[in-house]
Amino acid sequence: MAYPKQFRYTKEHEWVDAKDGNATIGITDYAQHELGDVVFVELPATGTAFTAGKTFGSVESVKAVSDIYAPASGEVIEANAALQNKPELINTDPHGEGWLIKVKLANPAELTSLMDAAGYEAYIEEKKKEASA
Amino acid sequence: MRYLPKSPAERQEMLAAIGINSIEELFSSIPEPYRLKKPLDLPGPLSETELIQYFQARAAENSAGYTSFLGAGVYNHLRSVVTDTILQRGEFLTSYTPYQAEISQGTLQAIFEFQTLMCQLTGQEVANASMYDGSTATTEAVLMAERLTGRRRVLVARSVHPEYRDVLRTYAKNSGLKIEEIPYSAAGRVDSNELKTALRDDVCALVVQSPNFFGALENLAPLADAAHASGALLVTAIAEALSLGVVKSPTEADIVAMEAQSFGLAPSYGGPFAGVVAAREKFVRQMPGRLAGQTTDQDGRRGFVLTLATREQHIRREKATSNICTNQALCALAATVHLALLGKEGIREMAEQNLAKAQYTLEELEKIPGIKRTFKAPFFNEFTVELPRSVKIVNAELLKDKIVGPFVLGAAYSELSKHALVCVTETATRGEIERFAGCVRRALEQPL
Repeated sequence: MAYPKQFRYTKEHEWVDAKDGNATIGITDYAQHELGDVVFVELPATGTAFTAGKTFGSVESVKAVSDIYAPASGEVIEANAALQNKPELINTDPHGEGWLIKVKLANPAELTSLMDAAGYEAYIEEKKKEASA
Repeated sequence: MRYLPKSPAERQEMLAAIGINSIEELFSSIPEPYRLKKPLDLPGPLSETELIQYFQARAAENSAGYTSFLGAGVYNHLRSVVTDTILQRGEFLTSYTPYQAEISQGTLQAIFEFQTLMCQLTGQEVANASMYDGSTATTEAVLMAERLTGRRRVLVARSVHPEYRDVLRTYAKNSGLKIEEIPYSAAGRVDSNELKTALRDDVCALVVQSPNFFGALENLAPLADAAHASGALLVTAIAEALSLGVVKSPTEADIVAMEAQSFGLAPSYGGPFAGVVAAREKFVRQMPGRLAGQTTDQDGRRGFVLTLATREQHIRREKATSNICTNQALCALAATVHLALLGKEGIREMAEQNLAKAQYTLEELEKIPGIKRTFKAPFFNEFTVELPRSVKIVNAELLKDKIVGPFVLGAAYSELSKHALVCVTETATRGEIERFAGCVRRALEQPL
């Protein structure tokens, strides 16, 4: 699956799609592949504020429960309600319908420290090499 | 899975493999002053004959022929040899954690049946595979409420078992939970006025017990309404599980924490017992401990597995829903076998006997001058009375007549210094109840 050019990526495999001070956050195709079938998603309520690097929810697959880390500081304006009944959207469309939350960014400049698509692809290539070594 | 001791040669081989020379070197990270430098002070080995003699002598120290009117969280009930016979089977007695479903179907099915029985009794939708006991189950229920609500203030009724409250305080001490106690009313129940004042929108759980420590049945519906109105969850603890044979299931509770000792487990020295956490299904991901689930294998046959294990510590490490719990599998099995033997009607009949005998005992005691019932709330098999004399002195007299007297409430509630918590189960005959009342009367009539 291609990694959208307009997204920014974290080392913890979250993606951020920012526009006009707001951002949509999800987990990458690589992350959903590593997790396996997602069975449950725990997301914060609207209005919850967090700082970059803190956990804001978790994704539970048949193998593990993984925390999701905030790629940037902000306040939740919407959580993806569709995931309550269809958590598998994260597996089938991680960069689209499987988005997790929309936030109002506290400091959009924080995003410049994250990787772009090319940088992230190089990063996961490295990860794959490590795993097969 | 077998556990075999290592030979000295094998130990040496293992030490060599990790690149050290001695066991002492292995423990070198422990600071010098804390290391034990001499062998443990243990008696020498015994021959088989000596060992049998030793344990026969210990067994002879057990008291026999006593009648007990002591409850307070541990109850003396009839047990069947069938339960012990099944517990002694090697498949259950020495089995390992059933991580591998393909070789653990018997253990997993037993756990699943235990969970099913606990759901049926408590009126809840999911129950776990068991906890250490009622006290840790109660605390785990509170921690669960904290995770569900994100709040840190806990209101606990003073009529909850004093030891359950102690365990909760121990957990809370370093975890930032704020524990506040709600007094009891003249009827021996949660004081609803005090509760109203204390309930605010920062409370995660209201913890009550029913029947409570004084034996009184709480009125759960208004307590649940009050808790829910402020966004808190109602945690209901049950120390005497047999009460559910005649008392309505606590369906108003969000989480039920129960002690299952009354079902086939001997009082022993106060353990080992089996705690239970049961709750609404929507809370299942925040439930502590193990869960067995029913499924089908690839040929469509019924089978059992550990489920939602991703919440547990062997997978989620420090972020698990609990790192201080276990599955008391053997004790839970005892409860399962006991309940299966009794059946629906048996549980009800046993519970009705408790109710009737406790009622009769109260009537007999109330005929004695100076004895007064303390609380007017209805009770199951335990009730509180005030004596005109120290309960300890009366109990000392009772012991001479081979009667284990009631719990001395003053030990846990200083304001109830002359009050006794009397427990009467199906094990007491009418004759023994009358003998007990007679002995109490004589103990009170004796000059000081």
